[in-house]
Amino acid sequence: MHSVVCVKQVPDTSEVGIDPETNTIIREGVPSIINPYDLHGIEAALHLKDEFDGKVTILTMGPPQAEAAIKRALSFGADRGILLSDRAFAGSDTLATSYIITQALKRIIDEERVDIIFCGKQAIDGDTAQVGPGIAARLGWNQLTYVVGINEVNIDNNEVRISRKLESGKEIIKAELPALLTVVKGLNEIRYASLPDMIRGARAEIEVWGEGDLELDESKIGLSGSPTQVGRIFPPPEREGGEIIPGGKEDPKGAARVLAEKLIGKEVIPNK
Amino acid sequence: MVEEKFDAIVIGAGPSGLAAGYTMAKAGMNVIIFERGDYPGSKNVMGGVLYRDPTEELISGFWEEAPVERYIIQQDIWVLDDDSVITMGYQDNKFAKKPYNNFTVLRAKFDRWFAKKAEEAGALLITETVVEDLIYDDKRVVGVQTGRKDGEVKADVVILAEGVNSLIGEQAGLHPKIPPEHLAVAVKEVISLPRETIEARFNLNGDEGKTIELVGKATEGMMGTAFIYTNEKSLSVGVGALLSDMVDANMNPNDLLEELKSHPTVAKLLQGGETKEYLAHLIPEGGYHAIPELYRDGLMVVGDAAMLVNGYHREGSNLAMISGKLAGETAIEAKEAGDFSMDMLSSYKEKLDDSFIMKDMYKYKDASAFFATNPHFFEIYPKLANEALHELLVVDGKPKRQKQRKILEKVKDKRSYFGIAKDLFNAWRVMR
Repeated sequence: MHSVVCVKQVPDTSEVGIDPETNTIIREGVPSIINPYDLHGIEAALHLKDEFDGKVTILTMGPPQAEAAIKRALSFGADRGILLSDRAFAGSDTLATSYIITQALKRIIDEERVDIIFCGKQAIDGDTAQVGPGIAARLGWNQLTYVVGINEVNIDNNEVRISRKLESGKEIIKAELPALLTVVKGLNEIRYASLPDMIRGARAEIEVWGEGDLELDESKIGLSGSPTQVGRIFPPPEREGGEIIPGGKEDPKGAARVLAEKLIGKEVIPNK
Repeated sequence: MVEEKFDAIVIGAGPSGLAAGYTMAKAGMNVIIFERGDYPGSKNVMGGVLYRDPTEELISGFWEEAPVERYIIQQDIWVLDDDSVITMGYQDNKFAKKPYNNFTVLRAKFDRWFAKKAEEAGALLITETVVEDLIYDDKRVVGVQTGRKDGEVKADVVILAEGVNSLIGEQAGLHPKIPPEHLAVAVKEVISLPRETIEARFNLNGDEGKTIELVGKATEGMMGTAFIYTNEKSLSVGVGALLSDMVDANMNPNDLLEELKSHPTVAKLLQGGETKEYLAHLIPEGGYHAIPELYRDGLMVVGDAAMLVNGYHREGSNLAMISGKLAGETAIEAKEAGDFSMDMLSSYKEKLDDSFIMKDMYKYKDASAFFATNPHFFEIYPKLANEALHELLVVDGKPKRQKQRKILEKVKDKRSYFGIAKDLFNAWRVMR
């Protein structure tokens, strides 16, 4: 049972500020964390490892400092960590990113069979939820999104039965392996790593793969391979205070009439 | 339990622990540092002044690469009353030249950088891990018990750098529970303002910085001080006072800070700023007499955990770093000698005694107790000084002699001449 977990290092949004002058995100001095959804993917993979005596590989793409995210993932008990890092990858949008990651996954799959790929349902910095499904599409694998429960993994039949979180309930699906799962927070509780694993993770040597290590079509990576670009990032406008209708105490009827007229004018309530 | 035995375990990745870890790792020792926070600096608070010289003893030329905010060229003291302030300032343009004198820093940023240096030197940093207790072999400390599964780990020596809330030190009986009169509580806000605004308001050029220490009304007469420090694009504004005074006065440190921020002379400096961070922390102010046992078989204590804070000169982190370095050096000698006994580690205490740390701690050994029992210094005198200047500077048709008489009457009203003479003499005695 070999799982690969795709993780992303993201700024800790609970500590991110917006520069009021330039309207850009202040990343300076903001600690980086593993995308919280991805942590549940790691936990799910480790759970399968425990159950089937398998193996967990962590894969990420990012700048050299994204190594910290892999070390962190390894400290939970994962076995192998690979960082995709190259200047040529910089500026990749979700299309280019899913392409590069897929090429790396193909290399991993060539080396040894992969049964399940886990991704978080989306990253908290970009919120696109596109890379996971993008990878599945490129690999031609079954994709199971918004997974909130792994009900059964049957290695003999090469099958997985999972629950998907829908707005109105759950959907239980059976799919053939290999498959790619994007997971949500309700899936599991993340373990508290043991001290020996923490030490092993902190010391782990991370494999770094660059452009030369993968079979890549140059026109599909980096800025030039990215049809979408971020134009501007800005905070939502501050909410303006609502209108206060005076006279509620002295003349409640009159105030109510004014309110009703306003609501009728805006067609919030019918004029009857 | 962890199979591997380390040369040294450091508990806490603050300035003292990182200094110890860095020193030992650089000498090739196998060091593991435990930090309970998400990252080094996440739980650390200080006013924000970092002194160059002691820091350079650890990492020479650190300021060229470390995340420092501004180099300080001017240091003010403000004596605050309700509506007025007496200001004294010292500006030294020699401090505007490399290598500078001291810097403002934001600890969360600086500590992360310092931790990286320790890791690069070979120390192993394990975060989000609480050390719950020491492990003994007979009376010798041989390791620590962490809160993680299989969380036992052993080493030749443990350096206790757990900070002011020294629970392990207390558990081990190195010191009694720290009483509130030995603790100050400090609260601080980081208020963001555009660079240019800070430079205009504080009369600074480029990366120059300024510090203001405030006494009097700033602490509502309690023993303590307030401060305003300029960072690159923010101000650190805080106030600290003895915990016991706060309790007695039924004061909440947040109210004290709000009051300070709204003081007319302070509000002008902060206007338009946005509070980015709010921090609160305890400061060990017990002084020389409250210093715990500093070493045992296989154990040394550094930094705040060792009560090494000189409140009178707002120095804490440099004492922390130097004590960490000295403990680290002692551990290196101990490893060379293959002897981690109490006898061997006693040279850590000797090194502290020979350094400025213990000399300064000794110099002010009676100051805390004195000021704690003589509140006039924080209450009456600042008020009197402000009122005297007010009287002198208002032109209202009264002859000056009459004004002087009025000032002296006010003084006598609050404190007898004999009392003042006694205060001055005693203050000189404890501070000399």
